[in-house]
Amino acid sequence: MAENTYRVPPREGPDFQAPSAPRKGRFEMAWEQLKDNKLALLGMAIFGIFFIVALAGLLLTSGTDPVLDPALIRLQEKLLPPLSKPHLEALTPEEVPELGIYLFGTDNLGRDVFARMLQGAWVSLTVGFVAVGLAVIIGIFLGGVAGYFGEKNIRRDQVGAAVVFLAGWVFLGASWFASGWAMIGLGLLYLVLASPLIHRRVLEKKGRPSGAAGLALGNALTMDTLIMRFVDVMLCFPSFFLILTVVALLPASIYNIMIVIGLTSWMGSARFVRAEFLSLREQDFVTAARALGVSDWRIIFRHMIPNAVAPVLVSATIGIATAILTEAGLSFLGFGVPPPHATWGNILSDGKSYIFDAPWLTFLPGTAILIVVLSFNLFGEGLRDVLNPKLRER
Amino acid sequence: MQAAIPNNNLVLQVRGLVKHFPVRRGFFQRVIGAVQAVDGVDLALEKGKTLGLVGESGCGKTTVGRLILKLLEPDAGEILFRGQDISNFSRYEMKPLRREMQIVFQDPMGSLNPRMTIGQNIDEGLRVLGVKSPRERLERIKELLSMVGLAPSVHDRYPHEFSGGQRQRVGIARALGVDPSLIICDEPISALDVSIQAQIINLLEDLQEKLGLTYLFISHDLNVVGYLSDTVAVMYLGHLMETAPADTLFDNPVHPYTRALLAAVPIADPDDRREMEPLGGDVPSPFSPPPGCRFQGRCPLVEERCRQGRIEMYPIEGNHHVRCWKVAGA
Amino acid sequence: MTRESLNGKLISVRDLHVEFRGRHFTARALEGVGYDVGTGETVCLVGESGCGKTVSALSILGLLPSPPAFVTGGEILFKGEDLLPKDEGEFQAVRGNQISMIFQEPMTSLNPVFTIGDQIKEAILAHEEISDRELEARCVSLLKDVGIPSPKDRMRDYPHQLSGGQRQRAMIAMALACNPDLIIADEPTTALDVTVQVQILKLFQKIQKERALSILYITHDLGVVAQIADRIFVMYAGIIAEQGSAREIFHSPRHPYTMGLLASLPARTRRGQRLYSVPGAVPDPSNKPPGCPFHPRCNFTQESCARNFPGVCDWGDGHLARCPVLYKNPELIP
Repeated sequence: MAENTYRVPPREGPDFQAPSAPRKGRFEMAWEQLKDNKLALLGMAIFGIFFIVALAGLLLTSGTDPVLDPALIRLQEKLLPPLSKPHLEALTPEEVPELGIYLFGTDNLGRDVFARMLQGAWVSLTVGFVAVGLAVIIGIFLGGVAGYFGEKNIRRDQVGAAVVFLAGWVFLGASWFASGWAMIGLGLLYLVLASPLIHRRVLEKKGRPSGAAGLALGNALTMDTLIMRFVDVMLCFPSFFLILTVVALLPASIYNIMIVIGLTSWMGSARFVRAEFLSLREQDFVTAARALGVSDWRIIFRHMIPNAVAPVLVSATIGIATAILTEAGLSFLGFGVPPPHATWGNILSDGKSYIFDAPWLTFLPGTAILIVVLSFNLFGEGLRDVLNPKLRER
Repeated sequence: MQAAIPNNNLVLQVRGLVKHFPVRRGFFQRVIGAVQAVDGVDLALEKGKTLGLVGESGCGKTTVGRLILKLLEPDAGEILFRGQDISNFSRYEMKPLRREMQIVFQDPMGSLNPRMTIGQNIDEGLRVLGVKSPRERLERIKELLSMVGLAPSVHDRYPHEFSGGQRQRVGIARALGVDPSLIICDEPISALDVSIQAQIINLLEDLQEKLGLTYLFISHDLNVVGYLSDTVAVMYLGHLMETAPADTLFDNPVHPYTRALLAAVPIADPDDRREMEPLGGDVPSPFSPPPGCRFQGRCPLVEERCRQGRIEMYPIEGNHHVRCWKVAGA
Repeated sequence: MTRESLNGKLISVRDLHVEFRGRHFTARALEGVGYDVGTGETVCLVGESGCGKTVSALSILGLLPSPPAFVTGGEILFKGEDLLPKDEGEFQAVRGNQISMIFQEPMTSLNPVFTIGDQIKEAILAHEEISDRELEARCVSLLKDVGIPSPKDRMRDYPHQLSGGQRQRAMIAMALACNPDLIIADEPTTALDVTVQVQILKLFQKIQKERALSILYITHDLGVVAQIADRIFVMYAGIIAEQGSAREIFHSPRHPYTMGLLASLPARTRRGQRLYSVPGAVPDPSNKPPGCPFHPRCNFTQESCARNFPGVCDWGDGHLARCPVLYKNPELIP
């Protein structure tokens, strides 16, 4: 070692360091990058407009005496083209459209298509968000559990604990159908009592893992395997036909449709989240959290999931578009929301018999669906570029 | 096997630590062999001192660090933390002990959660500690930040806004947040620029003096280990090859691996250019190693006896031990 | 074409300016960088991350992606010819043939789906037309030269079947395939264990002696530099802070950055002393301080340092440093 070491005079004062770059939150950075992608901005703008329209639609067309009535039948005014004036002499005062003209024309029953489109907008919006919201929640949960607990074998006592836990929920669920606060009470009591016992039993298991076989099949049955094979099973079903079947069997209601779409489209999110978790698990900050003693569930939900949602967000925006299309398809086939409630799908469906006489009945909802779906797709792709750390500009 | 160190001064003592990772193949995941990552390691850490654990890639030093913290479950051996054997402890029993021993990682990028501010990163530890009021926690966070040389006002910034060295300081602050007595430093400066390494080394030293911390300093860089450590343990393929106080090891290395390792470190003086005599071969894999000495494949002194049985650690003098019957004269 | 350019050097980078242009920023990666390598010489380019050493090496071979990188000035004279204006086709004739490059991560620089034999042959075939039998023989002899045992068998191995050290040797074999005059080695041993590093350094020594090669060795490891360098160029934030012979740099550094680096090296011989540490951090290339890029971290800084870009000061014997303050006030040198 060169021994004539320089006694470089040390600096005065404490050396408090601070980031040299000016303060820029993650949102600001993301926004700046998003701004550059003109198409994504367009998608977002269109979505904004769509949202306002849907909200306005809900307000303007709901209730017993709506501002714009989508259900008012005027057979004398049927199949009028857009922007046509109402024939005032044939109409009673209540039947005259509020705007003075039929902005989008009328359908085969003389109903104002503009009002119906507005009503349908809200349906599309809620179907999209609720269905995808449900799918994303299920997907994140299952993907997270599969990814985090990974190769850990399922122990017999864990299965026992799970069964006990589920039984409690079944009690609670049963109380919904069977009446009786007694059932609810029983269920709650059961859960409250069982939880600490399960907690103790499972967490306090002493001793080294024997490394011996798990529940079955040598070491093949792990949490990861279980959940992923379930995903595979679900993926085997052609989802549209599954939705169709379920919707045909259940009482027709918009909520059933949303829930069914949600319950059959969570698989993609689960896979994304699991993949992210598998790589996140090896990251040091997760190890640091374990070393600090943070509980598993807090690690999954507070530490890992926020880092894993990026691909899910992207697929969610595109999923909203798919959900809207699915609902439109269902309505078109007659399995959607029951009449007289309007959705874009059933306006399309009603119009299919009049496609030459009244093409606007097909084009208007079709174009609306196209624009909304396109805007979501563009936004989703822009979001993916923004959230992808590798593509982030230095 | 260990020399006599007054027991009540030992923060950590490890005896016969073993960890094998089974390798599975096939549909039924049959075990075909094991990666013997750590195979019988003994260590002793005195309070307020630094033990340097040195070795090349694949020697198992990082695994030792994780085993001590019980982030991995050991297959055999004892881990005596303040005299108490924690090797068998369940997660439940470990929870109150976790705050006593912490870890600083190699990669400043990956060791902080990018979606949380650095204050929140540190806060996680304070929550586990049980500090209830958010104001108290914030006070403590600011205190910790200034302790590691960062301006306290930056607690609400995100990790990506900081440089590598600054992030490493945050990692150290996080470890200190729970008031540990032992810190495992897992290659904490290898990923940093040279001019920043000295800053972090000085910081670690200052903290050790101020807070009475005990360090297990894991590294492959003999210069840093030589500078910082009080005692040094040299590891190769899951076995300790030589342990000694730092001065003894550097002045009088006896194990052929230690000697090769020391000779391989380039000296930063162009007037002191040595003829390079490299060790032959590559670092082998710890998968199903042959019986006998782990170093048999590359050792210049290898004999038949080296390939049989288990080689013991022989004492040389004082606290100097070596796992080689030949140089120990046994 | 003469073997050496006019000032006796094989390759001479002069006053190179490179910018990276992004949507919202411009980073001046290199500002007037110049270095040279003579025949049979080992020159080390030393610096930390972000100093621009790799950028300058890539620009020698025209490997900088453009956009976002733009060469805005300077010249690179190789055997008397300026490389910068060359187009892709002309560069390909030079790459591998006259100048080869070795990278840091052998696992990612070797194509995992081809055997190393195939990759070496490809390197040869890019520049020469020879028969299959000769190709095979040359490949085997190259692998033998770089010290890979049983080369005939190893040739059919895939990169993942070799150890880190062997992969790096394979990379070196590829680099030597067409007998280049200059090898640029970008941190070739950083990812290797120290006992393997010694083997590779010794290999470099051997091939340099056998083939009269010039080596431009890029690294941040001052220990390696001290052992192998004939001359050293110290880079900081896009400028050459100091240059000189190995002895001069290590024993009489004349730039505060070099001094700081040397003083902050941990070593067993420094036990018990407090290590000097250079305060602050390496600046972001898009946000460099005005004037001298090192002045915020410098102990000798004066007012003029924040205003004026430091000019080159000649300390004699080829020892140059960009620090006018120390040049004008040599009594400040510790």
